[in-house]
Amino acid sequence: MKIGVFVCHCGSNIEGTVDTAAVAAASREFPGVVFATDTMYACSEPGQDGIIEAIKEHKLDGVVVASCTPRMHEPTFRRTLERAGLNRYLFEMANIREHVSWIGKDREANTNKSADLVRMAAAKLLKNRPLFSKQFPVNKSVMVIGGGVAGIQAALDCANGGLKVVLVEKDTTIGGKMAKLDKTFPTVDCSSCVLGPLMVDVAQHPNIKLHAYSEIEEVNGYVGNFEVSIKKKASYVDWDSCTGCGLCVEKCPSRKATDFFNEKLATTKAINIPFPQAIPKKAKIDANFCMKLQKDKCGVCAKVCPSESIDFSQKDEIITESVGAIVAATGFDLFDWTVYGEYGGGKYPDVITSLQYERMLSASGPSEGHIKRPSDGKEPKNVVFIQCVGSRDKSVDRPYCSGFCCMYTAKQTILTKDHIPDSQSHVFYMDIRSPGKLYDEFTRRAMEEYGANYIRGRVSMIYPQGDKLVVRGADTLMGAQVEVDADLVVLAVGAEAAAGATDLAKKLRISYDNYGFYMEGHPKLKPVETNTAGVYLAGACQGPKDIPASVAQGGAAASKVLGLFSQDMLASDPQVSVVEIKRCIGCGKCIETCPFGAIKEIDFRGMKKADVIETICQGCGICTSTCPQGAVQLQHFTDNQILAEVNAICRF
Amino acid sequence: MSDSLNYAYYPGCSGTGTSIEYDMSTRAICAKLGITLNEVPDWSCCGSTPAHTVDHTLSSALSARNLALVEKMNLDTAVTPCPSCLTNLKTATHRMSKDEFRDDVNKLLDTPYNGGVDTKSVLQILVEDMGLDALKAKAVKPLKGLKVAAYYGCIMNRPPEVMNFDDPEHPMAMDNILTALGATVLPFPLKVECCGASFGIPRKDIVMSLSGKLLDAAEDIGAEALVTACPLCQMNLDLRQDQINSANGAKHNIPVFYYTQLIGLALGIDEKELGIDKLCVSPRTVINGIGAEDAS
Repeated sequence: MKIGVFVCHCGSNIEGTVDTAAVAAASREFPGVVFATDTMYACSEPGQDGIIEAIKEHKLDGVVVASCTPRMHEPTFRRTLERAGLNRYLFEMANIREHVSWIGKDREANTNKSADLVRMAAAKLLKNRPLFSKQFPVNKSVMVIGGGVAGIQAALDCANGGLKVVLVEKDTTIGGKMAKLDKTFPTVDCSSCVLGPLMVDVAQHPNIKLHAYSEIEEVNGYVGNFEVSIKKKASYVDWDSCTGCGLCVEKCPSRKATDFFNEKLATTKAINIPFPQAIPKKAKIDANFCMKLQKDKCGVCAKVCPSESIDFSQKDEIITESVGAIVAATGFDLFDWTVYGEYGGGKYPDVITSLQYERMLSASGPSEGHIKRPSDGKEPKNVVFIQCVGSRDKSVDRPYCSGFCCMYTAKQTILTKDHIPDSQSHVFYMDIRSPGKLYDEFTRRAMEEYGANYIRGRVSMIYPQGDKLVVRGADTLMGAQVEVDADLVVLAVGAEAAAGATDLAKKLRISYDNYGFYMEGHPKLKPVETNTAGVYLAGACQGPKDIPASVAQGGAAASKVLGLFSQDMLASDPQVSVVEIKRCIGCGKCIETCPFGAIKEIDFRGMKKADVIETICQGCGICTSTCPQGAVQLQHFTDNQILAEVNAICRF
Repeated sequence: MSDSLNYAYYPGCSGTGTSIEYDMSTRAICAKLGITLNEVPDWSCCGSTPAHTVDHTLSSALSARNLALVEKMNLDTAVTPCPSCLTNLKTATHRMSKDEFRDDVNKLLDTPYNGGVDTKSVLQILVEDMGLDALKAKAVKPLKGLKVAAYYGCIMNRPPEVMNFDDPEHPMAMDNILTALGATVLPFPLKVECCGASFGIPRKDIVMSLSGKLLDAAEDIGAEALVTACPLCQMNLDLRQDQINSANGAKHNIPVFYYTQLIGLALGIDEKELGIDKLCVSPRTVINGIGAEDAS
């Protein structure tokens, strides 16, 4: 094999601390290397053209590029090789940027290490074999998990692009957190007026199948061909015949059920429809509060239902859907602020969360848009807002900024003034973070036009005195302690990963960070992709996001799915494990260790053997290091190739 | 942890002087409850507030000397009623977990301290080692009808990583004990606020304002009495109540008990043994009112 080596300067990224010309010179002595040079930017157009020219001129049949991480440019250079007529797997990369130039300052040591890495890559390349992808068909339908605004946008964009969409929502209605908001910043337009039509579009779209009150049970398969089992939870109402007339809700005598849609500010009936614009508009029985299900009494709903839809014997049901791609849009949850003992720890009724306040402001909320103190129903005049509750606070393990709290607090001060003109809002804040379009103008308006009193400092404690709450904090601009008498305190709670997000991540085989937010494929260049092919992200499941960002990402995820489905056949990655059937003793250890379930047991002439399902195999190599016989080999990373690298680095 | 409830006892300087009634009532209730307190022989002052504000090593050495004495007694746990002493003992232990600091401290001591002693407040052993049920079972005169506010002060539970007992913002130990003994414990929002502590000497106005707030809040929620666990808090609220009244134009008349005194009353111990007569604001009416609702 004739190998060519290209050592990249990467501007000063590599050349700054590595003598690339010396590395190229050293490379010329390595076994198999017939040509070596240094190049300014190997990934640039002239850089790639140079590689192609060298391949042709020197009749190279293998290439090593020493530059940045393979995660960045390995596919780039493989395409370069293909353009020169070589197989894309006759290529090796030596990472002399992240592994060398960025981490050490000693030019001589760096140069030597770079040369060693190139020597390893060349030694491995000598044992590389051409590999060829297989083609497999794509199921051009997509599953969107989560029916908040990001999921709705992704589903509609995919459906409008001609794809069949399965939308799975864990609650009885889509709409997510946005449906609970009264108004949205910075336009102060009605949230449900914006979202409502989109929700109706979902319900009416011929390409969208909606499974509400359903959760993902299991995900099998691979890009282009996923099999997803979904648990449809028992609602005790036959949704096929339920018309959402609401007669059952009206007549239900059990009024004590927790009203989750209204953030527990009110109670609701045991059989209920969360809100008037719910999609699907179907009734569900809360089994914990239903007298029929608890004590076998009542059953009024069944008697009054005109369509005879009530079914007390209904059970959870598992259904299966086949799709080619999955968009996770599972959103976020609000931080449980009751851990803050200094804010009353959930004991003072007039200390509420921002989302509870939204429900109070909303005309369809429990107080029909009137701001009332939960304790005595009085209209508050002095409202104190406390920002960064469960946000930017290491002591509660939430060091990150939730991003949207500054804006929704500004909005809520404006709405407070609109609702109660003689009220005064006070906002305790750390910094104002409002970098979006028209955002800073909006927060200034809250201060300057609506007279919200912004106090820069943390609150040390809240305590009740008489029928008021005393909010004690610091004003760090004045350098003084301040106490504000409040009738109502609203905590701007931060966002955290949705409950159960990590469980779903494991089912989808995607990564998540320390806080349970899903990891994008690349923080800059792959913002909606994951490391699992065919699984995409939209909205706050990836990190706290406001509505515009969630919608944008929902659309971006849809465009990725449409791009993927623009091909009828997908190419499989040939860097997968293969079993050498003669060596396999059928011990089954590889089957146990494979995290992807990609190895199955087969019967081969009456003997137990292992077999790799190529399309599921992710090429992680765990099976190859597990196999006691060396019978499982990962193509492109065989034992011999890795030993060649070890020998190259351990030479005398 | 010993099953026999046998502890080394560190009364602290205030326990033998300004808060002798705290020491008396502590010893009395422990005797009644079968808790053995072995006074540390030749114990010395923990350095109180002055030592640790001047020199951490010296301050820790004062505590370490006492802990070394406990080690010699072959007891594994030292208890003290005073939160300030407790803070010093615990802080010393905490700091001495670092080898370098421990060596510095031990250089100042004749007998080095090896760090084998656990320190707890009397309140903590009552709740954790004795238990509310056992305490309740021994009550002969429940505190029925007594409406109190439990006031912990700022250092009994803080900083949490050093004190390691109860909730630093909303401690409930005294609340739970007094509730178990039949009293009505009102939710006191300022239960861990500072009373002004030793600022009574250089800046009396600070104590007047901070302690005044505590008395206002207690009256506001309808408490007949305050219950404390700290000698300094008790002194500021009780001894200085007249001063606070004249400084703030208030008319408070709220007796300030040590929680050990109320436990003693519930256990049927004689008032004399509990030092009830040493309180400045007379608790007579309040004590007479205990159980009165039952009688009527």
